[in-house]
Amino acid sequence: MQPFLELKGVSKVFPGVRALDNINLEILPGEVHGLVGENGAGKSTLIKILTGAYKNDAGKIYIEGKEAQINGPRDAMKYGITAIYQELNTIKGLSVAENVFLGREIKQNGDRGLLNIKEMRKKSHELLKGLGQDIDTKQDVALLGIGQQQMVEIAKALSIKTKLLIMDEPTSSLTGREVKELLRTVRELKSRGIAVIYISHRLEEVMEICDRVTVMRDGMKITTLPIEKVTVDELIKLMVGRNLEQQFPKIKVEIGEEALRVENLTRKGTFENISFNVKKGEIIGIAGLVGAGRTEVARAIFGADEIDSGEIYIENKKVNIKSPKDAMNLGIAFLTEDRKGQGLVLDNTIDFNVHIASYKKSSNGLLLNLKKLKETTRENIKKLNINPPIENFVARQLSGGNQQKVVIAKWLNTNARIFIVDEPTRGIDVGAKVEVYNILNNLIKDGAAVIMISSELPEILGMSDRVYVMHEGRITAEIDRAHATQENIMLAATGGN
Amino acid sequence: MSNLELKNVKAERFQTTDKKSVKSYISKFGSLLGLLLLCIALTFASSHFLTLKNIMNIARQSAINSLISVGMLLTILTAGIDLSVGSVLALSTCIMGVAVVKWGINPILAMLMCIAIGAFLGFLNGVMLTKLKLPHPFISTLGMKNIARGLALIVTAASPISGFPKAIQYIGAGFIGPVPVSFILVIIVFVLFSIFLNRTAQGRYIYAVGGNLEASKLSGINVEKTLILVYTLCGLMASVGGLVLTGRVNAAFPLAGLDYDLDAIAACIIGGASFMGGSGTVWGTLIGAMIMAVLRNGLNLLGVSADLQTVAIGAVIIAAVYVDVLRRQAEKKAKTQTV
Repeated sequence: MQPFLELKGVSKVFPGVRALDNINLEILPGEVHGLVGENGAGKSTLIKILTGAYKNDAGKIYIEGKEAQINGPRDAMKYGITAIYQELNTIKGLSVAENVFLGREIKQNGDRGLLNIKEMRKKSHELLKGLGQDIDTKQDVALLGIGQQQMVEIAKALSIKTKLLIMDEPTSSLTGREVKELLRTVRELKSRGIAVIYISHRLEEVMEICDRVTVMRDGMKITTLPIEKVTVDELIKLMVGRNLEQQFPKIKVEIGEEALRVENLTRKGTFENISFNVKKGEIIGIAGLVGAGRTEVARAIFGADEIDSGEIYIENKKVNIKSPKDAMNLGIAFLTEDRKGQGLVLDNTIDFNVHIASYKKSSNGLLLNLKKLKETTRENIKKLNINPPIENFVARQLSGGNQQKVVIAKWLNTNARIFIVDEPTRGIDVGAKVEVYNILNNLIKDGAAVIMISSELPEILGMSDRVYVMHEGRITAEIDRAHATQENIMLAATGGN
Repeated sequence: MSNLELKNVKAERFQTTDKKSVKSYISKFGSLLGLLLLCIALTFASSHFLTLKNIMNIARQSAINSLISVGMLLTILTAGIDLSVGSVLALSTCIMGVAVVKWGINPILAMLMCIAIGAFLGFLNGVMLTKLKLPHPFISTLGMKNIARGLALIVTAASPISGFPKAIQYIGAGFIGPVPVSFILVIIVFVLFSIFLNRTAQGRYIYAVGGNLEASKLSGINVEKTLILVYTLCGLMASVGGLVLTGRVNAAFPLAGLDYDLDAIAACIIGGASFMGGSGTVWGTLIGAMIMAVLRNGLNLLGVSADLQTVAIGAVIIAAVYVDVLRRQAEKKAKTQTV
C-alpha cells in the first residue's frame, strides 16, 4: 500500500538543541500510528513540521507519493493534515456549527452574501452524528465538556476532508467514559481510511488503539514496531534508553532538621488537607497527574494564591504568608512550571532576569550597584554554564535549558533556603536536564531543602529522597526512595489503592 | 549539520548581538540618527535653522512635551497609557491660577500645590487601575481626562486666568544666559528619571512589570504599588509641564493641553518605546520629543501651514514605528536563517 505520508531524513535544529535528527517515517492510510517518547524527545517538533508551524532544515516530506512543501497551516490543510492538541482550539462564544465551519463558513449564494447558518447547522449535525454524537449545534461550545469539544474539533477536521489526523495527548484531560468514547471515534476514523497519529503518555491506550508504534528519544527515531510485537515495559525501556544512574546523578547528603512543614493546607475546590514536610538536605518529589493540584499547593505556599485553612511552619515556627514577597523574605523560592509565561521577562537580558527577584537586596542605600550586579550575573553564567555567556543576551533567544538556568539563577540570587521547583526540566534536552539535577544536588549539599513537582515518573524516582503522590487535590501516598516504584506511584496518582 | 558547523553558526549569531557591532548601534541610536539627519536637512533648507537663537527656541518649544513624555514613558513601559495628562495639566494649573491670582497665595507654595494636584490625580488613575481593577488604563484615564477637564472649566468659570507672579513666569519664560530655564529643567528631570529607571530597584521593577506581569508578581515585586507609582509620577510630570506652560504664556486656561496626551505618546513611540511594555528609554523619549519640535520648527521656518504640519507629524509617527517593525523583522529573519 502506498503510504499517505513519508518522511525521509527530516531534521530540525534550534539554537543549542538538535530537536529532530534524520527522521524516517511512514504513515499508511487507515492506520493508527502511535508516537511515544519522553518530553523533549522531539514529538512536538515533528508535529509542528507536519502542520507547517516549523520548517524542516533538512530532509523531504512526501504525501501520497509526491514531495510536499508544508510552509504554513494552510498548506497542511490543503494536504489533508489536521492536528488536535491537548489544549483545544475551539472558540468559546461561538456555536458548535460556527466552530465546525470556522474560516470556511457556508454562505447564502456561493462565496458572497450572508451566512447560511441553517446549512452549517445541518452539516455539522450530520458530521457529529457520524461520530455518534448527538450535540445541539446551536449551542455555545463553551457549554460542552472537554470530550464533546474534542468531538467538535474532529467534526471540523472531517469537514475539511482530513486524511491524516494528528492527536496530541487527546485523553490527558478526559474522564474515563470520555476516553472510551474517543477511542471508539478513532476506530470509526480508521474505518473511513483516515490515518491517525496518536501521541500519548498513556501507553496502555497506545497498546489498545494503535496498529504500529514509533518510539522517539532525544530527537531521533529509535524504532517503529507493530503493536503486537511489543509490550508496555519494552516501550518504556525504548523510550528511556539509558539506565537511571546515568540519567539521574542522585547524591545523598546528610539530612538535617525540618525546613518546612505544612499541615492540613486547604484551598476549597483545589486541594484539601495537604500535610507534608521537607528537611534540610532533602529533595522531596511530588508526583501526580496533570490537574491533581500540585502546582496549586506550591502557589499557595508561595503566597501567590490564598489558602482557606491550614498552617505553614518554617523551621518549626508558624508563619503567615500573604504574598510572594512574604514567602521570599522567609527564604522560599518558587521555580514555576511555565518559565516563559511566569518566570522570565523574555525580551529583556540575562543580566536583568537574574536580578528581578533580588534588586532590592542589591541596593546600597537608594542606588543599585550596577558593577556588582554585572559581577553576580557573570558568576551565575559561569556557575550554571549558561550559554551563550553574554550578560546582555536576550532571554527569548536562549534555548529552553538555558532559559531554565536563568530562572534558577534568579532564585539562587535571592539566597533562598527552600526551593519549590515545578517541572524543573520540562521541555529541555537531556544534557540540560542533567545540569539542572546537578544544580539541585548542589542546593541540598549546601543544606537547602527542595520540593520537586514533576509529571515525569523517572525524574521523581531518580531524584527524590521521598515521594508524595497527589490525586484530585489530596495526598494519597508518601513513599520513601527505597520503596518507590513506577507502579505504586501511578496507582496512588490515579486514585487506586 | 555536524556539531562543528553548529558551533560556527552559534558563533556567528552571537557576533551580531555583540554590543560593539555597527548594526546594534544603529538600532540603539536609530532615533538619534533620524534627529541628526532631520537637522542636517533643515540646515540646508533654511538659513535660519542652525542659529543659536533658533536652537534655543527649539529647546524651549520642546520642553513641555518632553516633561509630559517622560511621565508618559513610565506608563507605556508598564504596557499602559495615560490619556488624561492634558486635562490633568489644565486642572492643576487652573487651581494654581485661582490660588495665586484670586487668593494671593505664596507662588512657591502654589507651584508645590500644582505639582501635588497633578500627582494626586495620577495617583487616582493608578488606584482605579489596581484597586477598582478597571480592565485597562485606557478606561480609567479616559474617565479622568473628562473629569479633570470639566473641573478645570468649573474652577475657572471657563475663562483664562492671567497675571502670574515673576517666580512662576521664570520657570516657563526665564533664561540663564542664552539657555531657557525650562530646558534646564528638562535636563535635570531627565537625568533624575534616567537614574530612577536604571539605577534603583523600583525603576527596574517598572521594566519587569511591563515585560511580564505574572513573572514579576511571582518574583515578589509589588505590582500594584509599582503601577500606582507610575501613574502618580505621570500625573506629577503633567503638572510640571503645566507649570512651564503657565509661566511661558503667563496664563492658566481650562482648555490648555488638549492634544498633549497624544503628543506625549508620539514622543515615546518615536523614541523607540514599545506599546507592548517593557522596552523604551528616557533618552529615546527626549529624542522623540526633540524630533517633533525640530520638525514643527523647521516646517514653520519653511512657511508650511500649521495644518500641513499636523499631517507631517502623523506621517513621522507612522514612519518611525514602521522602521522599527522592519528592523525587528530583519533581525528575526537573520536569526532564523542562521539557525
